[in-house]
Amino acid sequence: MVTKTAIQEAMSKQEYKYGFVSNIEEEFAPKGLNEDTIRLISAKKRDPEWLLEWRLRAYRNWLTMKAPTWANITYGPIDYQDIYYYAAPKSQPKSLGEVDPEILALYEKLGIPLIERQRLAGVAVDAVLDSVSVGTTFKKKLEELGIIFGSFSEAVQEHPDLVRKYLGSVVPFNDNFFAALNSAVFSDGSFAYIPPGVRCPMELSTYFRINAQSTGQFERTLIIADKGSYVSYLEGCTAPMRDENQLHAAVVELIALDDAEIKYSTIQNWYPGDKDGKGGIYNFVTKRGKALGVNSKVSWTQVETGSAITWKYPSCILQGDNSIGEFYSVAVTNNRQQADTGTKMIHLGKNTRSTIISKGISAGRGRNTYRGQVRIFKGAKNARNYSQCDSLLIGSDCAAFTFPDIQVQEPTAQMEHEASTSKIGDEQLFYCQTRGITPEDATNMIVNGFCKQVFLKLPMEFAVEAQKLIGVSLNLEGTVG
Amino acid sequence: MLEIKNLHVKIGDKQILKGIDLSIKPGEVHAIMGPNGSGKTTLAQVLAGRVTFEVTQGQVLFEGKDLLALRPEDRAREGIFMAFQYPVEIPGVSNAYFLKAALNAIRKYRNQEEIDAMDFVSLVHERMTLLGLDETFMKRGLNEGFSGGEKKKNEIFQMAVLEPKFCVLDETDSGLDIDALRLVSEGINTMRGPARSMLVVTHYQRLLEYVVPDVVHVLVDGKIVKSGDADLARNLEKHGYGWILEEAPKPQPVR
Repeated sequence: MVTKTAIQEAMSKQEYKYGFVSNIEEEFAPKGLNEDTIRLISAKKRDPEWLLEWRLRAYRNWLTMKAPTWANITYGPIDYQDIYYYAAPKSQPKSLGEVDPEILALYEKLGIPLIERQRLAGVAVDAVLDSVSVGTTFKKKLEELGIIFGSFSEAVQEHPDLVRKYLGSVVPFNDNFFAALNSAVFSDGSFAYIPPGVRCPMELSTYFRINAQSTGQFERTLIIADKGSYVSYLEGCTAPMRDENQLHAAVVELIALDDAEIKYSTIQNWYPGDKDGKGGIYNFVTKRGKALGVNSKVSWTQVETGSAITWKYPSCILQGDNSIGEFYSVAVTNNRQQADTGTKMIHLGKNTRSTIISKGISAGRGRNTYRGQVRIFKGAKNARNYSQCDSLLIGSDCAAFTFPDIQVQEPTAQMEHEASTSKIGDEQLFYCQTRGITPEDATNMIVNGFCKQVFLKLPMEFAVEAQKLIGVSLNLEGTVG
Repeated sequence: MLEIKNLHVKIGDKQILKGIDLSIKPGEVHAIMGPNGSGKTTLAQVLAGRVTFEVTQGQVLFEGKDLLALRPEDRAREGIFMAFQYPVEIPGVSNAYFLKAALNAIRKYRNQEEIDAMDFVSLVHERMTLLGLDETFMKRGLNEGFSGGEKKKNEIFQMAVLEPKFCVLDETDSGLDIDALRLVSEGINTMRGPARSMLVVTHYQRLLEYVVPDVVHVLVDGKIVKSGDADLARNLEKHGYGWILEEAPKPQPVR
């Protein structure tokens, strides 16, 4: 358990970690949240007037809201007045020598190239790097196709109409406690717009986004796929990222117009805390996609291995007729990690279809909860849902929970729900040993078999890394295959 | 090849094996028979390295090495194979993937290169035919939803692919119909050779009709009470275990 004092201590230490200087105007807003903080953030980001207003409305709403308590997680109270809401830029390490050796060892294990390790560790690089030039080349190619891809701040300046039209259209500023907080104080994030009929020729990821560093604690992502377009977006990276921020409250909004498809993949590996549950990120994230147009599709794939606590439900609002929503998830909890994750599939349009495949793995003293809601509204004729949630337990001190919620108001709907719980037992491990396979490799093999359905949905190279990452998360040193 | 000396084993407070002596030479097939609860499966599991059993006394040498000091996976890599009475299911891990991982783990231990993908396919095909397994078999999850007979066939199939030096077969005939029994037995017989030994643990004699052992041992209450040739098995089938118990149960290890 993370105690209140531990959080406060960790949060209050930030001042020293980042080595902020005394020039408040330049470097950070003072601790705590009030309208002045928001005005300061807004001024720093050169927000247009309407955006400041939007932030302030979100803030005023947030003041009337309470943090949700229904999730199957436990943590001490968070003092929201003891957090820095704006701090930029973080001081970057100058060479790999300044980076935590533990993190470097993990990069090594994952087989990440040296140059990539520097980028991931946030080492400031001023030489012309391969990755940078690659990034520039791609950016140029995207521009030729009319694809807008960049930081949220850039988009606010360069494409204010698009941002204004869609911001908050999927996750309103008063949607929930953490979304409201994010709406008030978000400092940056990603923005993508795919014009009509364009198929984005590459996976979009922050990798190709220049100025991608330090998106920070309160990220905001907005992706719009115009009519007949397609985009695959990859969030995060497979390598362990040690974000020292304790609270990570991001919002992601996706909008798919007629015949458009958005595929959004996440590999989340924030710092999970140590084996006794000290430290680690609270990952309280709101992600929602709107399949607004007819024949549109929103697909979420997530591999969640990090964070002390994960609270996220990437959801789909299936508004357009014949639209499709998908959710494929692997969530791993080890040591003292807690995850309460799942999805919502909201069927509004006719012939809408949704698929949910959730795989929860608990080890150590981890707690893993699947929470899913499928709602078929009246008028969503012939809507269909298939849900499958499987839990895998490793050891006897962990726990798995499943809370499915199915509400159907349409007699023509077809629903299927399957659930299973299994355990990697001594019998299975012994059997593998008698065939020459070590218990570590055997566990790895069983876990990968369990996750296969979801890994297949990831872009290929990331599937390979996700597989390795899960091995690392479960402290399995061996390698198979 | 395998030398068991005065082996005592207990589980919890219960003494199960009470001094087993057994010597198996290269190429020999020995059968262990005995009534339920006599310790047959315990002996098999101890050889494979099950940790729930505690060896309190005695020694097992495999090709001169102290077998009991090795981890189960290293025993397998040294060339010991155990065909289980109740093979476990591992859903999501295909037979092909599992078998390749096993084969490569063993090869690595022996400083051999990983098997070439094409070589693996042709090896597997050849051995599948031996046991009458069809094409879809390799793609299915390991023993996932297999019938009792299929599981047993899979054990012998794995044995045929991994080519161990010493095979422990634990009640391989149980749950097999007559056709499956014949196929499995043929599979086992094909594996017999001058460099490979086997220990066949069985309750009934019927497997031994097909896989004719060189030596038969009768295990009663944790001790080998009688040893003989294949005829001993036939007598047991005819007269049961009662008559042996009435005879003076003095251990008669065959050397």
